[in-house]
Amino acid sequence: MARNSDNRDLFPGALEIMILQSLRHKPMHGYALVKHIKQVSDELLQIEEGSLYPALQRMLREGLLDSKEGLSAKGRPTRIYRVTDSGIRHLEKELSSFGKMFDGITRVLAFSQS
Amino acid sequence: MNPLPRLFGRTRRYTDIDVSIEEHIQERADELEAEGMPRKQAEQAARREFGNVSLLQQRSREQWQWPALESLMADLKFTLRRLRKSPGFAITVLLTLAIGIGANTAVFSVINGVLLKPLPYPDSGRLVALWLNAPGAAGLANFESGLRLSESMFFTFSEHNQSFESLGVWVQNTANVTGIAQPEEVHAILISNGLLETLNVPPALGRWLSPVDQDPHGSKRVMLSYGYWQRRFGGDKSVIGRSLQLDSQSREIVGVMPRGFRVVDNDFDLLVPLQFDRSTAILAGFGYNGIARLKPGVSISQANADVSRLIETWMHSFRNGPGSNPFYYRVWRISPDFHPLKQQVVGSITGVLWVVMATVGLVMLIACVNIANLLLVRADSRQNELAVRAALGAGRGRIARELLVESIALGMMGGLFALGVAFGGLKFLVAFGPANLPRLSEVTLDGGSLLFALVLSIFSGLFFGSIPAMKYSTIRAIAALSGSKRTASDSRARHRSRNILVVAQVAMALVLLVSALLMIRTFAALRSVDPGFSDPARTETVRISVPELLVADQIQVTHLLNEISDKIAAVPGVQSAAFAGAAPMEGIDPNWDEMAAEGKVYAGGEPPLRLFNYVSPGFFKTMGTQIVAGREYTWDDAYGLRNNIIVSENFARENWGSPQAAVGKRIRQFSKMPWQIIVGVAQDVRHNGVDEKTPEIIYWPAMYNSPYTQKPTIDGLRAVTFAVRSNRAGTEALVSDIQRAVWSVNANLPVAAPGTMEVIYSKSMARTSFTLTMLAIAGSMALLLGIIGIYGVISYAVSQRTREIGIRLALGAQKSELKWMFVRSAMALTAAGVVIGLISAAAVTQSMKSLLFGISPLDPLTYLTMPLVLCVAAAVASYLPARRAANVNPVYALRVD
Repeated sequence: MARNSDNRDLFPGALEIMILQSLRHKPMHGYALVKHIKQVSDELLQIEEGSLYPALQRMLREGLLDSKEGLSAKGRPTRIYRVTDSGIRHLEKELSSFGKMFDGITRVLAFSQS
Repeated sequence: MNPLPRLFGRTRRYTDIDVSIEEHIQERADELEAEGMPRKQAEQAARREFGNVSLLQQRSREQWQWPALESLMADLKFTLRRLRKSPGFAITVLLTLAIGIGANTAVFSVINGVLLKPLPYPDSGRLVALWLNAPGAAGLANFESGLRLSESMFFTFSEHNQSFESLGVWVQNTANVTGIAQPEEVHAILISNGLLETLNVPPALGRWLSPVDQDPHGSKRVMLSYGYWQRRFGGDKSVIGRSLQLDSQSREIVGVMPRGFRVVDNDFDLLVPLQFDRSTAILAGFGYNGIARLKPGVSISQANADVSRLIETWMHSFRNGPGSNPFYYRVWRISPDFHPLKQQVVGSITGVLWVVMATVGLVMLIACVNIANLLLVRADSRQNELAVRAALGAGRGRIARELLVESIALGMMGGLFALGVAFGGLKFLVAFGPANLPRLSEVTLDGGSLLFALVLSIFSGLFFGSIPAMKYSTIRAIAALSGSKRTASDSRARHRSRNILVVAQVAMALVLLVSALLMIRTFAALRSVDPGFSDPARTETVRISVPELLVADQIQVTHLLNEISDKIAAVPGVQSAAFAGAAPMEGIDPNWDEMAAEGKVYAGGEPPLRLFNYVSPGFFKTMGTQIVAGREYTWDDAYGLRNNIIVSENFARENWGSPQAAVGKRIRQFSKMPWQIIVGVAQDVRHNGVDEKTPEIIYWPAMYNSPYTQKPTIDGLRAVTFAVRSNRAGTEALVSDIQRAVWSVNANLPVAAPGTMEVIYSKSMARTSFTLTMLAIAGSMALLLGIIGIYGVISYAVSQRTREIGIRLALGAQKSELKWMFVRSAMALTAAGVVIGLISAAAVTQSMKSLLFGISPLDPLTYLTMPLVLCVAAAVASYLPARRAANVNPVYALRVD
């Protein structure tokens, strides 16, 4: 099924962390979210636009996000996504394990360089 | 997450997704437009950047779905659509399944109601039938199925046993009810103390007959059945305490038994206490059916051991009369042979029902094989599609699942229609089943039947679906896609599974056909047996009994019956009328006892037992039974107590070698009795039915000196079957004429059980004709399905090999040769099926032995005829498509892809 192909270009869970972190900063609609990630990463991270939506739906189903009707900057009807309490708890858990993993990778890389 | 809100909130979620995605694309397009792109181009570019919009929508939606279930639903939808597109296929399969599953469900319902369900009494597993074996009392057909209990045995067993909670005996009888409208003969069951306690079903109204009501000197009481209470009293609750004129005696109604209550599968109108008198009880009189309720934890063999020690007690406690030897019965070697009550109720029908079940099961199997064949052809035509799907990444499981979903869906739909068929089939079975089918009233289409139909639907779907599923799920994409159909005929392998199915089908059909023909030959053998009477359709019978309280004196009774007989004979269109204790095959044995021929020494000192019947003058002439030597009775023989007697031909041959030699010889019952002089010898009569051996019968006159009393007493017939020979037999008009004739003599006498000898005669063959009908239906269905199977395979082979045929024709092949090629392949399959079928039939029919009469289960004629029939049918079924092959136009055939 399509569930695991969302993060094809990144490591598993990366897209989820970025979405949660971005939305914690401010509730946004889909297009704004894509733009936000692009801008903040200085266009280093190119997430595939389409793959965002299945991921958003999965996180809605898991209760990490919720959504409400709203308007885009241009005044078109869209859905605004917001992080729930359980989403914040999940983000923090992921961040700490992500930090550990990142730490580990950095050390291994530093070791082989020396 | 709770699945229910998930399911119902789904439409909203889907809209959310679509709105979000659409806004995303529009916003991106706005940006591109702002950069100077024309709007239309900007929108296209935005969509391209986004990716495959509908796929991403689909993936987003999938987050809210159960993928396995949903794709199953999709398969199902696809299946239904494909079925709608080929209605011929769908109707054929559904009809086959509906009939197959329906017939199986109907027969299963009968088996469930008759054989599997417990009897409708509380804790019925503890009920036993008290039958005794008496191997030493040879000579009577009755004893083959056991010896029943006598009054004195009832007293001995119920007083001294340690195995039973309660024990009772009963016997069926008829009684005349007068005083309410017309005199009426009703079915009574006479019961002893302990019988109702044993069955343990509480009354619907009032109370049970109690020990007080069994006191021979106490007041007369009676209980009603629910049906009789409704019919005669309109369900009036004040009926308790009222009285009923039964056999001219007033009896007080004490209770009503509930609806559906039967005494060991016997319907009745009234329950009457037997009122046994211990002081007059003798050893003999083995006429009572005994049942008992085992104490908890006591086994039947323990009960057998318990009661077998009581046989001696019984002989010590009672006599047959002064001077008689009570230990005479040691010769009989009486021993208890109790068995579960259910076994006695169900009896010999068990074998018939399982044969019928096996039969319809086999037809179902053949039908499934046919459907599997059809599905194979269908899957074959989808081979390219399936190969493409396999090439695109569909797994084996995925393709097998779709094929199985199709077959199980077919099975379930067929099962649904089958319920209608089962309902109708059950009506048919109940209406046309053997009249003596036990527990018929308990047969219904209940939860068990529905479950059976469901399971059968699913399993048959799995069965006929798994064959194509196994074959096509392993399809090799490249082979199927690259193999050009233009260049080659199909490989052998592609036909193999269909061929195996046809062989199996032919084999199963042959087994059914052989069984059916064996039953037909059995029926013919039964019909050709001389029953000992003639023209049964032209012989009307009615039962009349004269209660003792109405006419006490036996001489008067005989005069009364004589007068009735004359009155009936005078009815227009009646040739003759006479009466007897019982008509042949009626299921009544008027009496039986020992009978010694003068000068003969018997092994063991005692002559064997013989069946006794009692006949009026003219009875043999009326029945069409030949008098082979001597003469019939005259009224003078009866009124004059002449000690003249008539015996059956086999009795005469056994003792004197020929019927002629028997006339004038002397026989007697007991040594104190005067000799009876044989004045006539009657043709042998199949008294117990055509498939039973002819008993030796002693025919006494309608009035005689009783051998059973101390002082000479006149005894004679009171309850009789009248036989009336007339061309009007079987008509209502004749019965009412007879009724009027009877009433002109005595207005208090009801005329009961009108019918013809033909009805009685067919009833005695009911089991055979029922089995025959079922097997014949099943056999013809099997033959038809087999023919369809062969036709289908050959016709498909022809259509697949059209190119090859074209090439052969173009190269100069003869048409007849081509036809023969196809017929030959069909015949090869049939021959293989016939060989397997013959071997299976020889094995299977061994289990039918008890149903056959006059032929062996390996009857050569049957084993020659049926394969021949099948081969001819197969030849015809293959010739038709083969002829089509020969008419192929080569030019057209070579163009076909």
